[in-house]
Amino acid sequence: MKAIITVVGKDKVGIIYRVTQVLAESNVNIEDISQTILQGYFTMMMLVNLSDLACDFSVLKEQLEKLEKDIGLSVKIQREEIFNYMQSI
Amino acid sequence: MVLNNNIFETIRMIEKEKLDIRTITMGISLLDCIDSSGKNACRKIYDKITGYARNLVKVGDEIENEFGIPIINKRIAVTPIALIASASGEDHYGEFAKALDEAAKEVGVNFIGGFSALVHKGFAKGDKTLIKSIPQALNETERVCSSVNVANTKAGINMDAVKLMGKIIKETAYLTRERDSLGCAKLVVFANSVDDNPFMAGAYHGIGEPEVVINVGVSGPGVVKCALEKVKGEPLHVVAENIKKTAFKITRAGQLVGNEVSKRLNVPFGILDLSLAPTPEIGDSVARILEEIGLEACGAHGTTAALALLNDAVKKGGIMASSSVGGLSGAFIPVSEDEGMIQAAKSGALTFDKLEAMTSVCSVGLDMIAIPGDTSESTISAIIADEAAIGVINNKTTAVRVIPVYGKTVGDTAEFGGLLGYAPIMPVNPFSAEEFINRGGRIPTPVHSFKN
Repeated sequence: MKAIITVVGKDKVGIIYRVTQVLAESNVNIEDISQTILQGYFTMMMLVNLSDLACDFSVLKEQLEKLEKDIGLSVKIQREEIFNYMQSI
Repeated sequence: MVLNNNIFETIRMIEKEKLDIRTITMGISLLDCIDSSGKNACRKIYDKITGYARNLVKVGDEIENEFGIPIINKRIAVTPIALIASASGEDHYGEFAKALDEAAKEVGVNFIGGFSALVHKGFAKGDKTLIKSIPQALNETERVCSSVNVANTKAGINMDAVKLMGKIIKETAYLTRERDSLGCAKLVVFANSVDDNPFMAGAYHGIGEPEVVINVGVSGPGVVKCALEKVKGEPLHVVAENIKKTAFKITRAGQLVGNEVSKRLNVPFGILDLSLAPTPEIGDSVARILEEIGLEACGAHGTTAALALLNDAVKKGGIMASSSVGGLSGAFIPVSEDEGMIQAAKSGALTFDKLEAMTSVCSVGLDMIAIPGDTSESTISAIIADEAAIGVINNKTTAVRVIPVYGKTVGDTAEFGGLLGYAPIMPVNPFSAEEFINRGGRIPTPVHSFKN
């Protein structure tokens, strides 16, 4: 199972570090990252592989929601299929 | 990897434009619950529903969590109870409604549909008993929804049923008078009702349906409106194209969720109903789409044409996106559930008669319209007859869900709460149709050629 993580908000030191820390602890492999600054906003997308996820999806999501509050940026995780499905047949 | 801008478009549609899965509705056949003892039948019904739907809400919540798309309602539709209860010989089906209500509460769904009868050609014994039980059933239960099909294109209109339903609606309004006649918001009178509609209050599990099935209703008026904001001033075929593309994306999201629910519950996936279903929230309105197309207010001349374009484009986009499109599929125009319609009704732009015209080109019909509490039974029956005629002649589903709000009149507002919303009381034509309705009988099947 793959998922997309999106992180959007005001740029600051250590965003990627904090996000990847959570992922590494849950045994989530990152397959692709793209990151840019759009109109002053840090915008990152990650394709992650959850096949060896060490915990439940909902636990990982809770951890990312906690991180969202800690660092003050929007952090979302959604299964990849929703994006593929809506944009193609 | 999917393209970055596609990812952000999807996220924006969900977060800002209120794209959601409006309902996951589990259809359950109750045919094997028929019993000569009403008590036994009710127990079987309760056991069967709670057995099949035990994990419906849990699975819905899990999927919402994983895909990040809201799933607003989880619901259940069952075989029309008139068919199930008839063998019991009971003279009132209130206990059946209570069994449905208790099962719905046990599994945590917010509505259960199927306290229904199909009487388009005539009444069987159970049908009349069921219809007469409706007012009390809707008053004494919280989550049960009821529907009665009084007409179809192949059988014509059962005017005896139309007459009876005027009385039943008034009785329901009276019994639920303390709550602005809320009972009537859970009662729909149909022409050409469909077996696999996942939307309430008209959902039931038709006779030709499988043992158990998952039907999904998607929504997204806000998404369509935002998409149209990008083509301001462009010709109407561009507008249609834009709606089509948006409907495609919305439908795909529904298809994904439907497949996933079906897989996890091990229940076959039935249909996807891609109706644009509004809510009273700002930014989730069908009326505002029509206004975005170029009308000063919903209800202005031109509204029927704009709605026809919208409804057709939604269907075209949806049909391309999924092979399982069914149900009602189009645009809903429930007045009290649509923020733009409420405003249009308040300002006088939208009238009852215009709504009737609009129903000839969109899905369903005169929906969630609050009318004066002193509207006569025969006038309500006449409203139903007009709407049924539109459905029967045009070979489409139409319905009436009007609420004659007890003790209120034009100038007042009815409050139904939650997704059912609120509505100003709309005036109806004060002239009588009593003699017409009192004739009863049947309006025969219409001719299906010589169409003009």
